[in-house]
Amino acid sequence: MRKPRDLSLSGKIGAYGILSVFTIFAIYPILRVLTISLRPGDRLLSKSLAIIPPHATLQTYVKLFTQEPFLRWMFNSLIISAAVMLVGVGLAATAGYAFSRYRFRGKSVAMFALITTQMFPLTMLLLPLFIMLIKLKLYDSYVGLIIAYSATALPFTTWQMKGYYDTIPFSLEEAASIDGSSQVGTFWRIVLPLAAPALVITALFSFMTAWSEYLVAAVLIQDQNLFTLPLGLKTFQSAMETSWGLYSAGAIMVSLPVVILFLFLSRWLISGLTLGSVKG
Amino acid sequence: MASGVGNIRNNRLAYLYTMPAFIVMGIVVIYPFLYNIVLSFSNMNLTHFYDWRLTGPQNYVKVFQERTFWYFFFKTILWTVINVFFHVTIGVFLALILNKDLKAKSFFRTLLILPWAVPQYITALTWRGMFNSEYGAISLIIHKIFGVQIPWLTTEWGAFTACVVTNVWLGFPFMMVIALGGLQSIPDELYEAAEIDGASWRHKLKNITIPLLKPVMIPAITLGIIWTFNNFNIVWLVSNGGEPADTTHILVSWVYKSGFRYFRMGYAAAFSMIIFLILLIFSWNFIKKSKATETVY
Repeated sequence: MRKPRDLSLSGKIGAYGILSVFTIFAIYPILRVLTISLRPGDRLLSKSLAIIPPHATLQTYVKLFTQEPFLRWMFNSLIISAAVMLVGVGLAATAGYAFSRYRFRGKSVAMFALITTQMFPLTMLLLPLFIMLIKLKLYDSYVGLIIAYSATALPFTTWQMKGYYDTIPFSLEEAASIDGSSQVGTFWRIVLPLAAPALVITALFSFMTAWSEYLVAAVLIQDQNLFTLPLGLKTFQSAMETSWGLYSAGAIMVSLPVVILFLFLSRWLISGLTLGSVKG
Repeated sequence: MASGVGNIRNNRLAYLYTMPAFIVMGIVVIYPFLYNIVLSFSNMNLTHFYDWRLTGPQNYVKVFQERTFWYFFFKTILWTVINVFFHVTIGVFLALILNKDLKAKSFFRTLLILPWAVPQYITALTWRGMFNSEYGAISLIIHKIFGVQIPWLTTEWGAFTACVVTNVWLGFPFMMVIALGGLQSIPDELYEAAEIDGASWRHKLKNITIPLLKPVMIPAITLGIIWTFNNFNIVWLVSNGGEPADTTHILVSWVYKSGFRYFRMGYAAAFSMIIFLILLIFSWNFIKKSKATETVY
């Protein structure tokens, strides 16, 4: 008998056809940016649709790194993103665990509050945050942005961690505590290693929140030395005309690390994200 | 549900584990939220930035009196419905295919996830460039095939369409990944049994796949609706701040413009509260309804 996941030959051809069409849709814009970034400086405004441009060159990339403060922006973004990732993973891993394993006063209110924050329009928090950070003298600083990003990433990652912990059988922890392990020790040595896929996804999301965010940074950072990558790249577009070459080369350099991470983690992405909701 | 394990354990540790997260949330989310409520009843604007005072609910009255609210409300609903519809149908459709035994499926799956990996602001700025009427790839392709020039970014509905296309591109991978996870958890035996009973693919889809996928998709769709309703980045950056002439806005981008470009802070604060309440009422009902259907199975 045919297995449920098998396809007939015509079904296979159809499936590959459909996948190819959507894949072209998915990667075309990325290829397009790559193309523009490889164009020689005098042909940026071209009507050509060729993927590899004639006289392809890396000169725009050289210019990006040597004549623009691109490395500075990248350094700022790296520091902020790494800090957000550390804070985000630490807080979501502990809070998610408490939500999964304990029953305590205020739990359901707290969990509902976490979802509710997803409904806040960002603009609602931005103005008060702006005033508050000025008063705390944290305006124009790494710390201000790190706190803001950590909090925006937390609700989603905490829920996601909770969902994943829910799938880890409690009997493992019981066995450990019978063997004399403390509660904290059990969490650290048994639960956390088992939750590795979810931790990796949480780290990825926290990092990306900070790496990719434009609006909050635009409001909270004014000092050009503290510009993050999004603010920097936007300057290529803010003049009277867009420097498409520099913008495209920058966009490729910014997307590359994230894309590579996604490629490495795409297998875990599916289990890390959905296992909780499926078995919960 | 794993919540049955609760009570046996002491609660002190639970508070200890949740406290750090809530302290950060308190500083950055809850305090500004309360502050925003105060501002929404104040006369804060450019001329009263430091000497603002409470003036009552007049900002709320103003929001509803102005035609812009209803206009952008309508657009936001349209924007959300179209986007989420395409995200879910494309996502589930692709997941159904990727769930079959295909040799190259991990190759395709990896490439199809890529739009999700690209930072949103880059997505937006890149598509804006592709919709450029003279040098944009989309305009060039359409001109080649149909011989027409479409004024994407200079007309109200052209710009709206450009934003929708961009956001559909951005959003379908998330739904695809969630659906794929859900599909993988459905045991093959169910399909085998159905096949022995001679069920057609339509029957299997209706009686096995959809009911078992639903509990996974409902939370994702709820989140998707909320995120799309509040998706500032795409609209703001593709339409370059609501061009042409502040017609291409959804509610959140209009609030941002009112607050940070026109400096009507009190008005923007009240407007934000209204957006939040709309979403709260919606999600409350949606979650309650989907819970009700869940118990049927």
